[in-house]
Amino acid sequence: MAIPLQYNLRNLLVRRTATLMTAGGIALVVAILVLTLALASGFRQALVVTGSPDNVIITRSGSNSEVLSGMNRETARIIESMPEVARLANGQAFAAAEIVVVTNLPRRNDPVGSSNVTVRGADARALLLRPMVRLVAGRLYHLGVPEVIVGRPLSQRFAGCGLGETVRFGSREWKVVGVFEADGSGFESEIWGDGEILGPAFNRVGYSSLTLRLADPSSGLESLVKRVEADPRLHIDARHEDDYYRAQSEMLANVIRALGFFLVAIMAVGAVFGALNTMYAAVGARAKEIGTMLALGFRPQSILLSFLIESVLLCLVGGVLGCLLALPIHGVTTGTTNWSSFSEVAFKFRITPGILLTGLLASIVLGIIGGYFPARNAARRTVAEALRES
Amino acid sequence: MTGPIIRLEGVTKVYRRGSVDVPVLQRLDLEVARGEFLALMGPSGSGKSTILNLVSGIDTPTDGRVIVAGIDLGDLDASALAEFRSRHIGFIFQSYNLIPVLTAYQNVELPLLLTDLTRKERREHVLAAMAVVALTDRLDHYPRQLSGGQEQRVAIARAIVTDPTLFVADEPTGDLDAQSATEVLHLLQRLHTEFGKSIVMVTHDPHAAERADRILHLEKGVLVESVERKRP
Amino acid sequence: MTRFLPFILRNALRSKRRTILTVLSIVVSMFLFCTMRTVLTSFDQSLEMADAARLVTRNRTSLTVFLPLAYKGRLAQIPGVSAVSFGTWFGGIYIDERHFFSQFAVDPDGYLEMYSEYLLTPQEKEAFRRERTACIVGEKLAAKYGFKIGDRIPLKGTIFPGNWDLTVRGIARARTANLDTNFLLFSWEYINQRLGNFGQVGWYVVKLADPNRAGDLSRTIDATFANSAAETKTETEKAFQLGFITMLGNIRAVIYAVGTAIVIAIMLVSMNTMMMAARERTREVAILKAVGFTDRTILVLVLTESLLISLTGGILGTVLARVVYDVSGFTGGGFFPTFVVTGGTMGQATGIAVVMGLLSGAIPAWNASRLKVVDALRHVG
Repeated sequence: MAIPLQYNLRNLLVRRTATLMTAGGIALVVAILVLTLALASGFRQALVVTGSPDNVIITRSGSNSEVLSGMNRETARIIESMPEVARLANGQAFAAAEIVVVTNLPRRNDPVGSSNVTVRGADARALLLRPMVRLVAGRLYHLGVPEVIVGRPLSQRFAGCGLGETVRFGSREWKVVGVFEADGSGFESEIWGDGEILGPAFNRVGYSSLTLRLADPSSGLESLVKRVEADPRLHIDARHEDDYYRAQSEMLANVIRALGFFLVAIMAVGAVFGALNTMYAAVGARAKEIGTMLALGFRPQSILLSFLIESVLLCLVGGVLGCLLALPIHGVTTGTTNWSSFSEVAFKFRITPGILLTGLLASIVLGIIGGYFPARNAARRTVAEALRES
Repeated sequence: MTGPIIRLEGVTKVYRRGSVDVPVLQRLDLEVARGEFLALMGPSGSGKSTILNLVSGIDTPTDGRVIVAGIDLGDLDASALAEFRSRHIGFIFQSYNLIPVLTAYQNVELPLLLTDLTRKERREHVLAAMAVVALTDRLDHYPRQLSGGQEQRVAIARAIVTDPTLFVADEPTGDLDAQSATEVLHLLQRLHTEFGKSIVMVTHDPHAAERADRILHLEKGVLVESVERKRP
Repeated sequence: MTRFLPFILRNALRSKRRTILTVLSIVVSMFLFCTMRTVLTSFDQSLEMADAARLVTRNRTSLTVFLPLAYKGRLAQIPGVSAVSFGTWFGGIYIDERHFFSQFAVDPDGYLEMYSEYLLTPQEKEAFRRERTACIVGEKLAAKYGFKIGDRIPLKGTIFPGNWDLTVRGIARARTANLDTNFLLFSWEYINQRLGNFGQVGWYVVKLADPNRAGDLSRTIDATFANSAAETKTETEKAFQLGFITMLGNIRAVIYAVGTAIVIAIMLVSMNTMMMAARERTREVAILKAVGFTDRTILVLVLTESLLISLTGGILGTVLARVVYDVSGFTGGGFFPTFVVTGGTMGQATGIAVVMGLLSGAIPAWNASRLKVVDALRHVG
């Protein structure tokens, strides 16, 4: 039979200064852990929701990014005519061949800062392929004129990208006529305009990539790939759009997570030493109580468990505090360069229940580590010895 | 069950202090009858507390046999000893040893957590024990809200709540003023006379010792005198 | 004061386990602090390495868009320019994506001369110039993968499709220790020929006759190519590298935030320790006072003890960081050219340890000095 939980709760309350200080240390570790995971998760989410599993993206063989890819009009035409591609009501292929270029733009409110931005030459079909893209201000660009629409976070982060403003890239000026949102996806970090004008502005002939809707989402890609392999004119890679964007997020998300875990692991070592100190002090101060309970017939295992539980409770307080500390960052927009596409992606810190759970679990683990040795120390005493101490 | 409640056969206890062996008990033989109230007296270091520790199963002899309630404690491992204590021994300490963060009620309930009793049954037992020590109005008080005498009475309630075979009391009045001491001793005597409990008490207070049936004097681990007191 | 030192030491070591744990937690936090600050100083240092006499000219749109080869001659004609060379980011894959390192296809004539801070023998330079598939690897990269002269390095192109087979013909050593040598260079001619007179380059490196005219010449260069098909953006090498760092987002803010969190977390730990130690010693402090120690002496005694613990941890952690990163040769997987804990970082860490020691000792020291003897001797504990 276990020693009542109230015994531990009351003890933590009685020593509240020590409890709070130790829990405070743990809280900061958990907060940093949660923040890092939220950063990685936000970045990943932004890219993952960018792609749709029903769409297939075609890039030049070997290039991992649209930006590095290129294909001529002939290639695009061959693929569009394949039977795996869905058709629109007017018989056109449900596909969009696009020019994707990265351009360097100055940041708003920062005269020396600049970053790369993806510019996409999209036509009307591009919007149909990505139904989450919708205008929130202004209007769509007209074809044949130097007008662009920009993602909302981008319009706030870069100079000249606000509605009605003029931005310069590709050797000419572009009027921002609309602002769009796209469910927080990577498209919100892009500038969209008419491909027929953007291409010449960047000296690009042909396209960067082709995105198409599959007629049969379940097996369409497989037969498309077979058809492509059989055609000696084609040197391309075809991937589900969601897989493509997930792969793009992988490297940076992994780097963020790895750095975060490194930081948190070292910080955690320091915090565990704090927990050890507190629990050793608790065991030391309660030697006589331990002796009494042993004398009453409690097993050493019960004593060990009780102190272990107390340590876990102590660290769990820290875990909860840490999660609360980190919570306000949820939804805050930040940006970083996605090295796969060489351009900046704006995204929101994203704290999921899973991340909070990870934070709490981490605090429990710290509690077990920080409590085990003191608890074992407590349980190992002989009754007579423990009772003698005062 | 008949026979003595305690039998010590040739018990020797040697403590190691660094590299020196300190003999505390030397080939001690002792029998305590069922229902007897025994007082142990002697200067510090005479081995009286050691006897208490041995019979209550919180220490083991270097040599010899300790048999309590017909059980040879030498046959028990640590876990079995713990169970032995919870079933057979009621402890009363000099400094009460109540758990400061638990209420009087919770302190008394503590040893019952080692039994199979339901919450309701435990409550009945606790209330009964608290009634014996006349503290039913202090159930929700924490130890520091009680006087020394009250604390010791809670400790006695904790000792009797499991209805143990043997009470061991280590200087139960050592930290108390005269009036509280009298109350506590009166309680012990009631346990002995009304409930027929066996008690072994270590004390250096002659007034306390007088309540016992028999007083043993120890010196350097050897029995030097045994006084039988016939109650009126 | 010194005569109290044995007493303070005895006190600090009374609960050895506690003191050791506290010192260790400070060691760990200062180690981490030094690591984080070294990330910043390493960034800065990589900028310091940039030569003020070199400008980088790239396509105004972005680095991913090329410039025509013809610009080389036009740049060389601009007064004040003493040499022009060029390079292109290759971005190939060696084995798989995890084995990432920088690969540049560079001007076989002049690029090696432009970067004379990397040492190569005349034979190595000559082989690089002559052989189309020759490559030069930096010594750190060579050490990491065990590349030797004559080894073949196959790369899979991402920007330039296909498989590219290179042969190691030279190993570049750094003239000074803090230069990065995690790179591979091969001849741009290999690309140019394989792509059928490709004729485009990633960026130009322009050497100035007078480094003081960097701003002036940057403007002249960009004006020369304004309104052409490929407009340029010219900046000093340092600004060019800074651009990469700012692209990562606000790293500095992140590092400061985390650094602060670390320091506060450990401050809580050591403050807690000092308070626990003080609580257990209330009675002793009272006895010291009873025998005539002044409040001030008690204050100083407790503060010194906490300072001693904190400083021990601080110095150990700082030295540990220095030694670990020196011995391991850590470069963050080649991300940092060098990773050396600077004297400034060590000083700052030690300073923080001192402040931490004083702050964590302050409350218990103050309480101890204010303690009333009568109360304390009654205190049971």
